[in-house]
Amino acid sequence: MQNRIMTHMGDGERIYMSREEIAEEIARGTNDAAERAEIPALTQKEQDKLLEIFCEPGRIVSVSPGEEVVVSDDACSMSYYADQENSGMGLPMCRPVSILNWERVACGDTCCMGHTDFSYKPAKSIINYETNEYYTNSQSTTIPMFYGSQPNMGLYYRPDGPFDNPSELLPLGKIEEAKQAQLDAAGQLQDDLMFVAGELNKVGCEGMNFDTSGSAGDADMMASLKAVKEIKKVAPNMYIELGMASEFVLGMHGSVEFEGTRLAGLYPHQLVKLAEAAGVDIFGPTVNVNTSESTPWNLSRSVTMVKATAEVANIPIHPNVGMGVCGVPMYEVPPIGAVTRCSKALVQIGKADGL
Amino acid sequence: MGSAMGGIRTAGDLVAWMQLSKKMKINDAKKHVAEKLGVDVIDLTDEEKMRELREEKNIGTIISLIGAAKGIQAKCRIAELLDIEINSVNLFKSNMKGLI
Repeated sequence: MQNRIMTHMGDGERIYMSREEIAEEIARGTNDAAERAEIPALTQKEQDKLLEIFCEPGRIVSVSPGEEVVVSDDACSMSYYADQENSGMGLPMCRPVSILNWERVACGDTCCMGHTDFSYKPAKSIINYETNEYYTNSQSTTIPMFYGSQPNMGLYYRPDGPFDNPSELLPLGKIEEAKQAQLDAAGQLQDDLMFVAGELNKVGCEGMNFDTSGSAGDADMMASLKAVKEIKKVAPNMYIELGMASEFVLGMHGSVEFEGTRLAGLYPHQLVKLAEAAGVDIFGPTVNVNTSESTPWNLSRSVTMVKATAEVANIPIHPNVGMGVCGVPMYEVPPIGAVTRCSKALVQIGKADGL
Repeated sequence: MGSAMGGIRTAGDLVAWMQLSKKMKINDAKKHVAEKLGVDVIDLTDEEKMRELREEKNIGTIISLIGAAKGIQAKCRIAELLDIEINSVNLFKSNMKGLI
């Protein structure tokens, strides 16, 4: 293994590469991002810097003192008590204790609570329970506390919801019916997001996290952005973080717009401008991970897209660094060496304002 | 967390409040907080300095100080220190109207 550097595949498997091989992966990754998103590739100096991060001998790496960033969260307190589906550890802990543990033991910069299903639709039906508990928790926390969930428009389609399922209509060639079903679902989703926000605002909610927005496609993202715009009109002091679901907005509908811009196919550096227009306070760019490629390749792609987003953003950006996004391997126990290298590179080269 | 500010262990929550309330990029947010605390930006992640400063300002510490401000009390002081609006603080003050 002499002169071989330990790194990982996108699925978390340990691999060993030479310095030259890692440099090649970095070059391939940034060029792929540049081609797909039509943005500049990393400069040779930036690629060299990324190479040095991968070649650092320590198992764990970090930024230099003074370069630390804010780390916001999407209900990390759930990790204590939830099950495998939520990457949880199944501890017999209640939400209030989990949240305070996140604040005072894990020392997060923000904390968050949300419905266990982590979608706004089920939160709506138990909103009194949720607002009551949010209010109680907000009296005991010191760091900013979000109420977080996913817009998750997929829950509005049959069999889980009232609207026809586009995934069933499209294979039948019922294109217009599929598009109409998405518009109908988007209207209901927007109403529900605004309803939940209105109730949370009544109990002094400090912020909302629109996690994994656009997971059901462009109509999902449209509903989320429209809801944010309306929420900010009535609750300007309830701050909103909006994160993406994938590296570009999926065109499940194909033609829906926000503020005159078609949403389908927008990459983070384009979507952030619409997020700003909607009134979003913190934007979370996401870049997909290819499990068949190496972490140097995946992280190079991610840093390229995040850097392009940071350069045009007028609001802080916190790239998503959960498993399977922004270079972090797609594995439920992400290798710490890969995670910390992703964090360092996204801050130092990608110029992220947080993670 | 290796590249994180450290929450109430240092000044991570204060910088987060500035990003949320004023949409500040990281360097602007740090500069604002440092000015309000009267320290240099590099000090914001200095555990020794921030532990003492947080107790002095009574804005919540990682260690449980009996009788010191915690939770909503600390947030009231943070909103005033940073000159920002915090929704929960506004509601708390509204509920305490006439008493404080």
